[in-house]
Amino acid sequence: MRIRQDLELISSWVEKNSRVLDLGCGDGSLLKMLKEQKNVSGYGIDYDVSQIKLSLDNKINVMQLDLNDGLNDFKNDTFDYVILAQSLQEIKNPEKVLKEMLRIGKEVIVSFPNMGHWNSRFQLFIGGRMPMTKELPYTWHDTPNIHLCTICDFENFCKKNNFKVARSSITSRSTIDNLMINILPNLFGQVALFRIQ
Amino acid sequence: MTLDLKTSIATINHSIKLTSGFVLPSYDLKYETYGNLNQDKSNAVLICHALSGNHHAAGRYDNDDRSGWWDNMIGPGKPIDTNSLFVVCLNNLGGCHGSTGPNTIDKKTGKYFGMNFPVVTVSDWVNTQKYLMDHLKIGKWNFVIGGSLGGMQSLQWAFQFPTLVDNCIIIAAAPKLTAQNIAFNEVARQAIMKDPNWCGGDYLNQNKVPDKGLSLARMLGHITYLSDDSMKKKFGRDLRETELKFNYEVDFEIESYLRYQGEKFVSNFDANTYLLMTKSLDYFDPIKDFGDDLKNRLTENDGNFLVISFTSDWRFPPKRSKEIVELLLDHKKNVSYAEIKSNGGHDAFLMENQDYFDVMKNFIVRSKCV
Repeated sequence: MRIRQDLELISSWVEKNSRVLDLGCGDGSLLKMLKEQKNVSGYGIDYDVSQIKLSLDNKINVMQLDLNDGLNDFKNDTFDYVILAQSLQEIKNPEKVLKEMLRIGKEVIVSFPNMGHWNSRFQLFIGGRMPMTKELPYTWHDTPNIHLCTICDFENFCKKNNFKVARSSITSRSTIDNLMINILPNLFGQVALFRIQ
Repeated sequence: MTLDLKTSIATINHSIKLTSGFVLPSYDLKYETYGNLNQDKSNAVLICHALSGNHHAAGRYDNDDRSGWWDNMIGPGKPIDTNSLFVVCLNNLGGCHGSTGPNTIDKKTGKYFGMNFPVVTVSDWVNTQKYLMDHLKIGKWNFVIGGSLGGMQSLQWAFQFPTLVDNCIIIAAAPKLTAQNIAFNEVARQAIMKDPNWCGGDYLNQNKVPDKGLSLARMLGHITYLSDDSMKKKFGRDLRETELKFNYEVDFEIESYLRYQGEKFVSNFDANTYLLMTKSLDYFDPIKDFGDDLKNRLTENDGNFLVISFTSDWRFPPKRSKEIVELLLDHKKNVSYAEIKSNGGHDAFLMENQDYFDVMKNFIVRSKCV
């Protein structure tokens, strides 16, 4: 689920008048925001037809495609930014999709829920149950989220694939978390945002 | 609100040189309109028909129990909403429902045109539609919309008159036919031309009808418009009667249905028009036709495109629609794409489907000028 706060943060990373491809665009609110605030042009992609309808309502260009089928429709270096906000965990092959994103765009922005957050750890460690959070309210057997990771996992993943992390931002909606976030980001961050080149 | 339907004929006295080189000095275009043109003429919509379509897209004539071919889509409160839009649909040149075509009289000879009627291309149609536009004193289409061969005309509009169309909706179409598509068309044509009553295309002057050939062509076409699943669901292996007959009469329901479709079609369609329409499909290849010029033309078009495909369509499957999307993406056009889940096959573009209609409606509402 995309939270407006996260989208604002992504928006602050995007240059004016750029071309943006938003993967897993949902109802199109990020592109709508980017259009209004940054005058960007671009397209959203989602596989769910109900999101396509909402995106059309939000007056953005939107395409009903499944990211797992690849992004062959898009040529090399045709976008300034390719964004994957809160959808990384739903993708069958994150490595392939991120490589495709880097092929299509000059820069890639990825945001994902951090499973290393203390609340998730607490649920598993003390409760002995798979974590369920407000953002990811799914039971283990009925969830679209098949590739959940922690901030440390993602950093290792980037290193292994030679993805250059140009910038990152770890946030939380809790004030207490934010006091500790700079010291232990993987423990107190709820959402991680990475810019990759 | 009821549908405000008007049927008219526009006589275009402006000669047209067709792609083939043939010059037609004048011609009639039969067309229908629904709704009202607003004061600044910004709400006009052109509907392009497919292979067997005509100008009667919506509404119902007095004493007719059947509505127009896209009545579920066009009308007050429907996705193409005639409360705010002025909708025009014509019978294309070469058609057989009132526009000049093989089944009309050639003034030069006093006889039916028949095979003397020239082969017409999608590009020719768009040129004649432009003349109709001038005739109606419309400066710009707010939307050009079509499915299948109609979708191809919509795409052609964006290339041919890029500044005269705001938004194009291209449904269940392809940027060109494949060898398999052409192969089906060729079998349909051979079915007609091998009918002894076809008489080299002169059947109307000889008072004959190549009904067997045309109905075969339609039966073949009809199979390609349906999906395997929808046929299975509708007919399965159901028998017409309780037992197999062990002869070559109709055993299965699907046989009966196809024969009925073929016969019904013959009573309302001209065989030479069928030949012409299939040829026009085969020749359609605007990317090749416009070549390097395509880029400049698309640069001039700043409108929005909506491309729609249907999952079970195997005549023009989603990947063919995606070729159109890719082309528009390459030229940085504003394009949206929806792949509608349906088991209706190619004909799904004519069927009611909530997702399909919502996508159409939302795109039209957000893109229209009024």
